[in-house]
Amino acid sequence: MPRWLNYGHMQQSKTDQGAPATSQGLAADQGGSAAIDVARLVKVYKTTRAVDGISFRIARGSITGLLGGNGAGKTTTIAMIMGLVLPTSGTVEVLGAKIPDQRYDVLGRMNFESPYVDMPMRLTVRQNLTIFGRLYAVKHLRDRIDQLAADLDLTDFLDRANGKLSAGQKTRVALAKALINEPDLLLLDEPTASLDPDTADWVRQHLETYRKARNATILLASHNMLEVERLCDRVIIMKRGKIEDDDSPERIMARYNRDTLEEVFLDVARGRVREEAP
Amino acid sequence: MSEIVSHQPRGLSLHRINAMVLRYWYLLMSSWPRLLELVYWPALQIITWGFLQNYISQASGFFAKAGGTLIGAVILWDILFRGQLGFSISFLEEMWARNLGNLMMSPLKPIEFLLSLMIMSIIRLAIGVIPMTLMALFFFGFNFYAIGLPLIVFFCNLIFTSWSVGVFASGLVLRNGLGAESIVWTLMFAVMPLACIYYPVEVLPVWLQYVAWTLPPTYVFEGMRALLIDHVFRADLMIWSLALNAVLFAASFAIFLALLQSAKRNGSLLSGGE
Repeated sequence: MPRWLNYGHMQQSKTDQGAPATSQGLAADQGGSAAIDVARLVKVYKTTRAVDGISFRIARGSITGLLGGNGAGKTTTIAMIMGLVLPTSGTVEVLGAKIPDQRYDVLGRMNFESPYVDMPMRLTVRQNLTIFGRLYAVKHLRDRIDQLAADLDLTDFLDRANGKLSAGQKTRVALAKALINEPDLLLLDEPTASLDPDTADWVRQHLETYRKARNATILLASHNMLEVERLCDRVIIMKRGKIEDDDSPERIMARYNRDTLEEVFLDVARGRVREEAP
Repeated sequence: MSEIVSHQPRGLSLHRINAMVLRYWYLLMSSWPRLLELVYWPALQIITWGFLQNYISQASGFFAKAGGTLIGAVILWDILFRGQLGFSISFLEEMWARNLGNLMMSPLKPIEFLLSLMIMSIIRLAIGVIPMTLMALFFFGFNFYAIGLPLIVFFCNLIFTSWSVGVFASGLVLRNGLGAESIVWTLMFAVMPLACIYYPVEVLPVWLQYVAWTLPPTYVFEGMRALLIDHVFRADLMIWSLALNAVLFAASFAIFLALLQSAKRNGSLLSGGE
């Protein structure tokens, strides 16, 4: 069997031994402990193996994209990292804390945004941010909200009910909530889903700026290949609960002999091997 | 940790409980139908039962003697029922708003969440029941507060039971999603016939009396009748009620935590749907 044909499985077995997945991951991890360390993670729902023995480490200060089609296991993986879903087996460490047992030690340093949750609709943007700011024990909360409102262009509707905002405005509010505690680790599930290209680009820009300013770690699950190409230092491609590929976007595209990640994604999703690709 | 975040205690945080109470307060104040609903049903209850009490006290020597038994029972039942609803509805608000994932990912601990729901149940109860007691006084001449100190004991026992049922019902919704919402509205009614709200325990068949005595509210309603009819405060009944409440409360909390773990295994925390 040619090496590339079994690439995903080889990658899997390498990571199963706890070693960093890629040369890039290895280089990035050498500075200290990883922000996220996932080992042999499995999640079985009744008879479905949603996540099937994946392992990876994510270096601090990096942006990593989790790619995969519907049902690939991205959301379940992120939920297990957050401690909202318990693994069937395997281990997760986040910022040095074992999840779920020690999750309360690090929850104040994390935050997330997901299309599966909303901010309360009847409350104003300011009220919502005040509540989450208090939950995260943010100091000088009023100033922090004003600063976030200025950064994310929310000032004009701070006192408007969340339910009366457009989809783009709501996403920015959700991002403000995700950034309220200046998290060291930001988990984003489809952060630009249902946004127009201009707003989506704007959100990406903001995430990039935030990562640089805070040396924060960002893990994002996305279907938007352009977004992943532009934002991520590293891409983990999942299919049917397993890791199919794991490397920098450039190397993955080169390996598949493709110009865009979208083409790679389609190759992986449709089970095309690289020989068949142009 | 970011320098903008204060050091957070490892144990309970009043700061976080306060944040959650503020969240529900904002919600309540943003919606006049929610406020109106809190007063509307208790007001209808007291008017209906107050007139019934007036009618049967004219026709029956017993009820003339035991003035206010029915109205007192209605008010105490409302404390029990509305206390549980006040707890559970605040919880359901999170499910309806799809906000539970945000809360579960924040440093808010389950016990802090439950404590904030308990505080909100008292606030919601006060908004609904205080006008109800004033109506009982002005329209039917029944001064609920004349019960005096025993009223505090009755209240504490009933509110503990209501929280236990609320914690249990919320756990079921957490585990099974909004498809289990009807449990929140109906569970307390299962207690109603056995807690002997409007009639003494002796009315029940003997075997059912044993079941009735396992419920903490039964002791409160028996105690209320002893006070209003015989003018005797039965401390023994209240101690039994308190003891059973302690067991019930611990059990409901343990069940809630088990259901939360089950929801995490099942993956239903992020979905929360039907």
